[in-house]
Amino acid sequence: MTGETLLSVQGLTKQFQTRNGTVKAVDGVSFDVKRGTIVGLVGESGSGKTTAGRCTLRLVEPNDGRIVFDGVDLRTLSEREMRAYRSRLQIIFQDPYSSLNPRLRVDQIIGEALDIHRPVRGSARRDRIAELLHRVGLNPDAARRYPHEFSGGQRQRIGIARALAVEPDFIVADEPVSALDVSVQAQVLNLIQDLQQDFGLTMLFIAHDLSVVEYLCDEVVVMYLGRVMERGPSREIYAMPRHPYTQALLSAAPLPDPAADRRRIVLKGDIPSPLDPPSGCVFRTRCRYAVEACAEIVPPLEDVGSNHHVACIRHGDPEVISQGLTL
Amino acid sequence: MAAVGSPAIAEASFVSRLVTRKTVMIGLLILVVVAALAILAPWIAPYSPSRLSVVNRLKPPSGIYWFGTDEFGRDVFSRTIYAGRLSLLVGASVVAFAAVFGVTLGLVAGFFRRLDTPIARIIDAMMAFPDILLAIALVAALGPSLVTVIVALGIVYTPRLARIVRASTLVIRELPYVEAARALGVPTWRIMSRHVLRNLVSPILVQGTFIFAYAMLAEAGLSFLGLGVSPEIPTWGTMIAAGRQYIGQADWMTLFPGIAIILSVLSLQMVGDGFRDLLDPRLRKDL
Repeated sequence: MTGETLLSVQGLTKQFQTRNGTVKAVDGVSFDVKRGTIVGLVGESGSGKTTAGRCTLRLVEPNDGRIVFDGVDLRTLSEREMRAYRSRLQIIFQDPYSSLNPRLRVDQIIGEALDIHRPVRGSARRDRIAELLHRVGLNPDAARRYPHEFSGGQRQRIGIARALAVEPDFIVADEPVSALDVSVQAQVLNLIQDLQQDFGLTMLFIAHDLSVVEYLCDEVVVMYLGRVMERGPSREIYAMPRHPYTQALLSAAPLPDPAADRRRIVLKGDIPSPLDPPSGCVFRTRCRYAVEACAEIVPPLEDVGSNHHVACIRHGDPEVISQGLTL
Repeated sequence: MAAVGSPAIAEASFVSRLVTRKTVMIGLLILVVVAALAILAPWIAPYSPSRLSVVNRLKPPSGIYWFGTDEFGRDVFSRTIYAGRLSLLVGASVVAFAAVFGVTLGLVAGFFRRLDTPIARIIDAMMAFPDILLAIALVAALGPSLVTVIVALGIVYTPRLARIVRASTLVIRELPYVEAARALGVPTWRIMSRHVLRNLVSPILVQGTFIFAYAMLAEAGLSFLGLGVSPEIPTWGTMIAAGRQYIGQADWMTLFPGIAIILSVLSLQMVGDGFRDLLDPRLRKDL
């Protein structure tokens, strides 16, 4: 089942026109998601990861690039054709409060998904809703209640049930646990993992928490200011981060062992304004290894073996490599 | 509530919940009495609303003339209940007109970005005119009649509702649950009705009750200027306008139609508030 590429994003670009100029929120992002796997999309706020996720579902229209899903470029589809594909691609939102219509009962929320793609009537419909609720760990009598009667974690479960109702192949999970209490995060993550395994789901998991991604994802894509800095199998990247940005991110993740010693790489300053990104490598202004050449060349994503790609002109430098090994 | 209820049960509990609330009940009661008096005026009124009686000019309220008489000796009670027919009709029709056009315009402007600028500009331009001046201009252009008054006031109050609906639509359109609906492939018209409009019920109801009151008063203004319905037909507005000259000698001429306006607006707002709370699942628990 795994192995075959279900979703291939190539050269995805999204620009927003603002009063002060053009913002390239996503700039030539490419990655593949193999069937039955979870790919983590990480980066700090403003890195374009959420926009990239929205673009792959065409909830935001990209300006350029290809989104090949199961052999079809979604961008070539008309609005109407796209609607037929919607049942195969779903999304789980970050905010469990604003992602559920406060005026609709839970059975209406989940039922709407059913009515559009998997229409069933009467008791079969009720049974299906009860089954979905049960599947996400909620009591079937939740169906007659309204969203405000539930806690954040429960609401997130309702959102997951809505996404599952149409039996999708692919789900974008947009920071699905970052708005939840820490105690609830693990429960929802476990649920997502169980569902992924049971239904053979393919997922794009957007997060800024690298420890969550390590636990859940098969592959990782690291974004910074709209571009991919590094991508590859999770194990590879966590064991041996090649890009200085990934190294900095990993060094900031807390370790479970308080006695463990690790040198923190503290990034100086804020992420630069996307209105006026640095020339060459966008990360160079905060990179401790930056050299003059970094301002000249936009580093291409280079293959460093075993499907691991890095966009850094100094990725082969012993200094940078040794830093990766200490983490 | 039962775990699985049929729509009929939900309907019944909605009505029963509406009725159990005190303010709603009182509001509903007043509204029904006012409306019934107006509708049944020909059978209830002790005198014809246009019967002149020079001998009984400006008589204070008494057993014979409950609300007194006006400057032509016409019975104020009869005129007040007759006037309710037209005043309530104007109020309701203007609200209906403004609701249909204002909500549609606001929803379309807020939802479709391309149409927003032209519609929003027109709304702003219309709101730049003082209400009554715009209404006068429209009635003057269309010629005075009951329908003209309703249409003119409807046009005047449409932008008010449209602006509120547009502003709220702009907010709701960006919420994740609308995005979720789009991700599910819900058709646009259904997103607009089920996800956007449903969440706009409260501001629309509140604004609607205001427009109802304003429309009745504006109709009075137009009638006073001779641009409304013909002066022989009583409306609460014309009665107050006529009574103004005699407010020192015969305050009952303005008092009773004034009370009628207050009661109908107040009751409408009480019922409107109740509906708003009942339609909002988050507030339902507090009832």
